[in-house]
Amino acid sequence: MQNETRASCDACVIDDPTRRQFLQGVVITGVGLSVGSTLLEGETFAAPLPPAATQPFRPVTLNINGVDKTVQLETRVTLLDALREYAGLFGTKKGCDHGQCGACTVLIDGRRVNSCLTLALAAEGSKIETIEGLANGDELHPMQAAFIKHDAFQCGYCTPGQICSAVGLIAEGHAKTTDDIREQMSGNICRCGAYPNIVAAVAEAAGIKAEG
Amino acid sequence: MNLFTYTRATTPAAASDAVASDAHAAFLAGGTTLVDLMKLDVQTPSTLVDINRLPMNQIIVTAEGVTIEANVRNSDLAHNPDIQKRFPVLSQALLSGASPQLRNMATVGGNLMQRTRCYYFRDTHSRCNKRDPGSGCDALEGYNRIHAVLGTSDQCIATHPSDMCVALAALDATIVTNRRKIPFGEFYVAYGEDPAKENVLEHGELITAVTLPNTPWFAKSAYTKVRDRASYEFALASAAVALEIDGGAIKSARIALGGVATKPWRAVEAEKTLVGQKASEDAYVNAADAAMKDAKPQKHNAFKIELAKETIVRTLAHVAQLA
Repeated sequence: MQNETRASCDACVIDDPTRRQFLQGVVITGVGLSVGSTLLEGETFAAPLPPAATQPFRPVTLNINGVDKTVQLETRVTLLDALREYAGLFGTKKGCDHGQCGACTVLIDGRRVNSCLTLALAAEGSKIETIEGLANGDELHPMQAAFIKHDAFQCGYCTPGQICSAVGLIAEGHAKTTDDIREQMSGNICRCGAYPNIVAAVAEAAGIKAEG
Repeated sequence: MNLFTYTRATTPAAASDAVASDAHAAFLAGGTTLVDLMKLDVQTPSTLVDINRLPMNQIIVTAEGVTIEANVRNSDLAHNPDIQKRFPVLSQALLSGASPQLRNMATVGGNLMQRTRCYYFRDTHSRCNKRDPGSGCDALEGYNRIHAVLGTSDQCIATHPSDMCVALAALDATIVTNRRKIPFGEFYVAYGEDPAKENVLEHGELITAVTLPNTPWFAKSAYTKVRDRASYEFALASAAVALEIDGGAIKSARIALGGVATKPWRAVEAEKTLVGQKASEDAYVNAADAAMKDAKPQKHNAFKIELAKETIVRTLAHVAQLA
């Protein structure tokens, strides 16, 4: 599986150009110009898809943040890889790829899950919400605002998963104390150790009295 | 992960037929074990039959007992008020396992079918009789701290990792498939010569529900899980206990163990020592000794024997004083 992401990236088709693709394009263009290549600015490394009959890709329609997105996927592509490598949504992170760190947490039909252990095909027909879908235009989701207010991230890598997980926690409605928050956020780990501030942020968003 | 054909079943019968007719097909429910092991190339089905949308996700409570359909998510089962009231040990066991995300994904049927966390089973470069029959067992001479002290053989010492199953073992559960009803104690098989065979299911047989009897004193029950971390960690030792106490004397007892055995372990001998005894520390210590009498330590897990005894004693004492 280590080579999985690279292989799928070679075959990926990304709709709307982002900063990442632009930079890739600039690098190619820069190299290309120096060796007489005819690559256009903004073009990616993506190879053209092989014809449908000779390879196992199939169209999969994923409802992500309210928008239906159809991508060509192998059956073995996880929802995490579908989001990051095919749908152009890089907010959800890959930490362990085995359901042990929570960095990949998204919401499916309102429930928090690990997207790394969810097959994209299995998520077809469900409502998928990612970190990118939480804000309302320029208006931050209350959980995002709380994370900023309480300095609840350092490197930020675990943060999209923490925020999506916390949104799921509140929807579940079982947390009454900060000890409950600690227990119910235990599926999201943070190497930077931002835990006390994460708890404070979730407590504020949940209306739970934080300790002193 | 290998490429595979993915199909969605529309009925339990169709799902069962689809898997039964293909030796390399597997059911896909929550995927928290299967997708994990497929990423490691430990399991390599060529066809996945997705059963997630089958209409079997209800918890049905009647005077006779409770029927928990196989697609009920672990989190929904744990938070069900009827389950919490009648079988608190089951709710506590579920909530002690995995993470909230995994509990939202995992189904009851899938939890029954989860595989061991043995490092050598999960590593295709290691010798493992469970994964690759006849190849040997690297855990025997390896780092076996998390491995079993009960129910082991010279072929395999891998621990069964489920918490839910320990509670179900204590609660006289019955597993219902599309072909038959199987008492919980008969579902998992001892390792013996072929640790690859873990349960009595035939290929393609589909678990459709778990039933629990309407035994009133099961409401006096609890689960204790002992592990290195406070949360999101498998058990080093765990105990599911239910007690019926009348006038200070133990009328009936159920004790099941996790983290220490090759399958969810019902400590029948320990239960027998308790019947008729005054509910006291001496009785609990006696029971704990009986439960671990035949425990066989490995190089790195001998501590589990004492740990399991203490866990049993603590849980018995705790349950005895519950209202």
